[in-house]
Amino acid sequence: MYPAPFHYHRADSLQEAISLLSELGESARALAGGQTLLVWMKLRFDEPQHLVDLSRIPGLSDISMEGDEVCIGALATHAEITKSAVADAIPIVHDCGSGIADAQVRSRGTIGGSLGSADPSCDWPTLLHTLDATLTCVGSEGTRKISVSDLVEDIYTTILKPAELITEIRFKIPPANSGGSYTAFKRCAPAYPTASAGVQLTLADGDVCSDIRMALGSAGLKTITSKKAEDILRGSPLTKAGIDKATETIVAAAEPVPDQRGSEDFKRAVLHTLVKRAVDIAVRRCHGETIRGRHEYV
Amino acid sequence: MSMSEVIASKEISGVSVQVTINGQAYQREVEPRLLLVQLIREELGLTGTHIGCDVTYCGACTVLVDGNPVKSCTMLAIQADQCEILTVEGLEQDSELHPLQKAFSENHGLQCGFCTPGMLMSSVALLAENPDPSPDEIRKGISGNLCRCTGYNNIIKSVQAAAKEMAD
Ligand SMILES: Cc1cc2nc3c(=O)[nH]c(=O)nc-3n(C[C@H](O)[C@H](O)[C@H](O)COP(=O)(O)OP(=O)(O)OC[C@H]3O[C@@H](n4cnc5c(N)ncnc54)[C@H](O)[C@@H]3O)c2cc1C
Ligand code: FES
Ligand code: FES
Repeated sequence: MYPAPFHYHRADSLQEAISLLSELGESARALAGGQTLLVWMKLRFDEPQHLVDLSRIPGLSDISMEGDEVCIGALATHAEITKSAVADAIPIVHDCGSGIADAQVRSRGTIGGSLGSADPSCDWPTLLHTLDATLTCVGSEGTRKISVSDLVEDIYTTILKPAELITEIRFKIPPANSGGSYTAFKRCAPAYPTASAGVQLTLADGDVCSDIRMALGSAGLKTITSKKAEDILRGSPLTKAGIDKATETIVAAAEPVPDQRGSEDFKRAVLHTLVKRAVDIAVRRCHGETIRGRHEYV
Repeated sequence: MSMSEVIASKEISGVSVQVTINGQAYQREVEPRLLLVQLIREELGLTGTHIGCDVTYCGACTVLVDGNPVKSCTMLAIQADQCEILTVEGLEQDSELHPLQKAFSENHGLQCGFCTPGMLMSSVALLAENPDPSPDEIRKGISGNLCRCTGYNNIIKSVQAAAKEMAD
């Protein structure tokens, strides 16, 4: 299966990519790992006339921890992130990256492409919400920082301007008394999740939840979040009743779309289980337990 | 050609791709939309790499690009420019089958053989990273490869046997 014909441009620098994209306009797309874009082009969901290949731009795939901050270049692949010192230090990052598709897709797919496709089934955007990440975006009008929570306008649509690219992703290293968990339910490896849930929480003395962020993926047209659910748990000691209520609240905020992966009711039931599991693992990690989290297969 | 001429031209210009496949260098002028699997099979005649689903699911088209497993139906040939590629044809050395090929043959790791080139390449990548994988790690490692007839148990047995052979 061939994609429709297109002109190919390899960008050697970020500036070149941006000027090519702004010159070529609407008919051009940035190409990172191609694990979404090439599939869409082969299936004729998209027929760009120009591809601007970002993948050879140097310096855009570094993964580092500087001071109290993690910085991941937009071109870092799922595999590179999963095998990095960042994933070793922050288990929720490993949970997420290691479960994305399969080894082959992880070799090519990038975190920037995962964000740029604005696909609510992609795992990184959901995870990055729980870590309150900030994205650096560079375009012809300069550089700006946006919160990951503000990136997506609607399904498959970001607020990025034409010719504006995500260059790096930054978030704070979670404090010592915190723990997180990301889990997805999938039918098999080379498939997007049926549903996913991420929870990152910090416990103070007496198991008082001093901070929490929760997010659901594949649970609506955008990543689903619920300040109301987080507020139920924030500021008081964790109890089973509180966790149940917060779980119900965020699952009620979900708007799962019935599709070949399941009905709305089925997806809500899956989400319910995933949130509970994620909270359980996050709490145990806060207490210093080492748990290999992973995505669940049928 | 200037950028505005490129944009205006309906004619898509070819791109030059240089790759090293199984140690041999190749150079071709290709259409930008040519997929890596088509370069390998149709332009270079290396038909050991198979096309199954053609949509990134089955893994029959798996090859290693600079040591990393990729589904070559979902990569442009031009994206592999200047890369080292290993396909199933490159596994045999001096008429000796690769330990994985031997193990698949001895442990009934294949039946029709359609998925086998991809299974072998994913297994090569897995063992390079983890020379002594548990059965669960093997399942994860080949989870991007579908087999419709052998069943996975013998494939896992084959990878374990090869791992043992390669360690000895
Ligand atoms: C079989 C299969 C299973 C999959 N399963 C999962 C899964 O379980 N979980 C999951 O999360 N993902 C999954 N994916 C998607 C995969 O993770 C993709 O890698 C990812 O969605 C896109 O990254 P990419 O680098 O390939 O982007 P590309 O396909 O190259 O680009 C995608 C879009 O993002 C834009 N873009 C790329 N880079 C940037 C940038 N730096 N700034 C702005 N825009 C940019 C492009 O213009 C394009 O519109 C799966 C894919 C396949 C084929
Ligand atoms: S042919 Fe490439 S994954 Fe099936
Ligand atoms: S051996 Fe027939 S598909 Fe695997």
